[in-house]
Amino acid sequence: MDRNAASLPQLEDLGGAAQPLLRVEHLTKHFPVAGGLLAKRRTVRAVDDVTFAVGKGETLGIVGESGCGKSTTARVLMQLAPPDSGEILFDGMLVGGRDMSIAEFRRGVQMVFQDSYASLNPRLTVEQSITFGLKAQGISGAAARKVARDLLSKVGLRPEIFAERYPHEISGGQRQRVNIARALALSPRLVILDEAVSALDKSVEAQVLNLLVDLKTEFGLTYLFISHDLNVVRYMSDRVMVMYLGEVVEYGPVESLWARAAHPYTRALLSAMPSIDPDRRTQTAPLAGDPPNPIDPPSGCRFHPRCPHAEPVCAQTKPPLFAVEDEAHRAACLMIVPGSGHSASARLPSAMRDA
Amino acid sequence: MSALVEISDLHVRFVGERTVHAINGVDLTLNAGETLGLLGESGSGKSVTLRALLRLLPKRRTVISGSIRVLDQDVLALDGEALSRFRGRTVSMIFQEPALALDPVYSIGSQIAETVMRHEGCSRAAADQRALEMLNVVRIPSAKSRLAAYPHELSGGMRQRAMIALALSCKPKILLADEPTTALDATVQIQILLLLRELQREFGMSVIFVTHDIGVAVEISDRLAVMYGGQIVEQGALRDIIRAPSHPYTRGLLGSNAHAAPKGQRLETIPGAPPVLDAVPRACPFAARCAVVEQRCNLQPPPVVEIADGRLTRCFLAAGQDASAMN
Repeated sequence: MDRNAASLPQLEDLGGAAQPLLRVEHLTKHFPVAGGLLAKRRTVRAVDDVTFAVGKGETLGIVGESGCGKSTTARVLMQLAPPDSGEILFDGMLVGGRDMSIAEFRRGVQMVFQDSYASLNPRLTVEQSITFGLKAQGISGAAARKVARDLLSKVGLRPEIFAERYPHEISGGQRQRVNIARALALSPRLVILDEAVSALDKSVEAQVLNLLVDLKTEFGLTYLFISHDLNVVRYMSDRVMVMYLGEVVEYGPVESLWARAAHPYTRALLSAMPSIDPDRRTQTAPLAGDPPNPIDPPSGCRFHPRCPHAEPVCAQTKPPLFAVEDEAHRAACLMIVPGSGHSASARLPSAMRDA
Repeated sequence: MSALVEISDLHVRFVGERTVHAINGVDLTLNAGETLGLLGESGSGKSVTLRALLRLLPKRRTVISGSIRVLDQDVLALDGEALSRFRGRTVSMIFQEPALALDPVYSIGSQIAETVMRHEGCSRAAADQRALEMLNVVRIPSAKSRLAAYPHELSGGMRQRAMIALALSCKPKILLADEPTTALDATVQIQILLLLRELQREFGMSVIFVTHDIGVAVEISDRLAVMYGGQIVEQGALRDIIRAPSHPYTRGLLGSNAHAAPKGQRLETIPGAPPVLDAVPRACPFAARCAVVEQRCNLQPPPVVEIADGRLTRCFLAAGQDASAMN
């Protein structure tokens, strides 16, 4: 593509299509909370032993409610907050190790945030914001400006109108397009979209979603799509990962997850979605109460205090991520783990029990 | 059914550094015992309509014309004590951010009790009793101990329940809800929507519920009014509008919803962005983004057409060929 002639080349594909672009192993991030004078120190287990992989060219959706750790996972990934432990492998290379420096990794991974205004420098024009990273990477001013103008047209903003404008002079949808253009300026391979369309009006949201789909094909991108809006996640993602209180509770291909959600929390999230059919309104709330505070989360399965199927064993045993029907779809619930001690596991079909 | 609220030809203009014509001719009625959904995007005028109804707009910077009648009272003429009585007893409001709407330095119980004492002139003991009653009404668990809690000690969902308790403490006839579930998590949002549906029946009150989310509007409303550019572009029974939207904007809004879209298929979009409203729209404010725009749409305001019983649309196309005659 001649677009890249003047700009940075995309990082080389090393491991081939079979190797995941991103592997995250046992990622953990805890934040200490100051207790009272005599109170013991407490810990927010924001991200706790999270492991997942994103294949090349795939979109992985991450869903969950506030405090579930989805945004912290993204920030720790980007090294905006250093992880306490865990490994990040980018196309097989250990990030922060000998294979790949954090600076190199950040060039391969870019991020778009929810607040389109706060994520742009108010004193820089649209063009200056987009060229900033390119110049930092040693691209000349003229070449960087050309890339910026090309990218502005790619995201649907006419450069002759928008390049010289300041963030406060354009609408929220336009600002988010600028943020997307800026993220693409360094030719990343992975783009993390952290609630990137959540603040937009519905009619604008649809425009930006279409744009993201187009750009993905055009630039050969992989997306990590974080959102609380399940409709949007379903539309965008190939696979979806559900988080609850800092842990992954279920993941799988989007169709499989929607059709056969195995974790009671995933099922609750799905049935909490407002109906769009006036004749099929929601009659009962799937869960009572609010998502709990991630400070000192419950023992065993962290969902057990809110789970309608909880049994004493759930408070004692931490459920492993167990295959639901095939290896690709897994859920962390004792009800699907044979011999877990939960009464429902005894009723599993024998084929699954033998698995 | 008699109309509790009758808004006619309401115009609201904000003046100051920049003039914004936020509301440009809104006609709206609210019937007894119904929930009216007010659906629109940011800047469409839905919240301003609510605020005008409760006279919450800053006096010095707002120019209001038209009429708002609630239970045969002229709301725009209310002042002083009459306005205070109107707020809380006749009409009450809940907001998107209960953390901002509640007073952080008073406990939940004392805020409710104070309201009851102020409006009903009862004793502190009776007011405290009512506060406890109200927390039970909104299903706050262990209500007795929560009376002494301060807003920051409650979770988001519980704070919203507390605000609903406060708003309903003087048994208003009309509840105005300004996106009360937007800041909440999905599993909490549905609880609050179901609670409001139950309370609406229990108290027999009428509700105007402002939202930008079609799903939320479907869950809560009996009737729906869709706003765009400071006007109501379509209104009618919820079911009819969702099944067969007649205004091009409503059609676009329902089409651009990712809800039913199959993966891989492009979402229908409404091109462009909402109007800036620095002048009174002299034609159809949606014309610039409309898929079926005609020449006349840019020349004169479209008529409001009753396409079926109680079903209104502000569009030339609904009016058919002799539209100009009707206007």
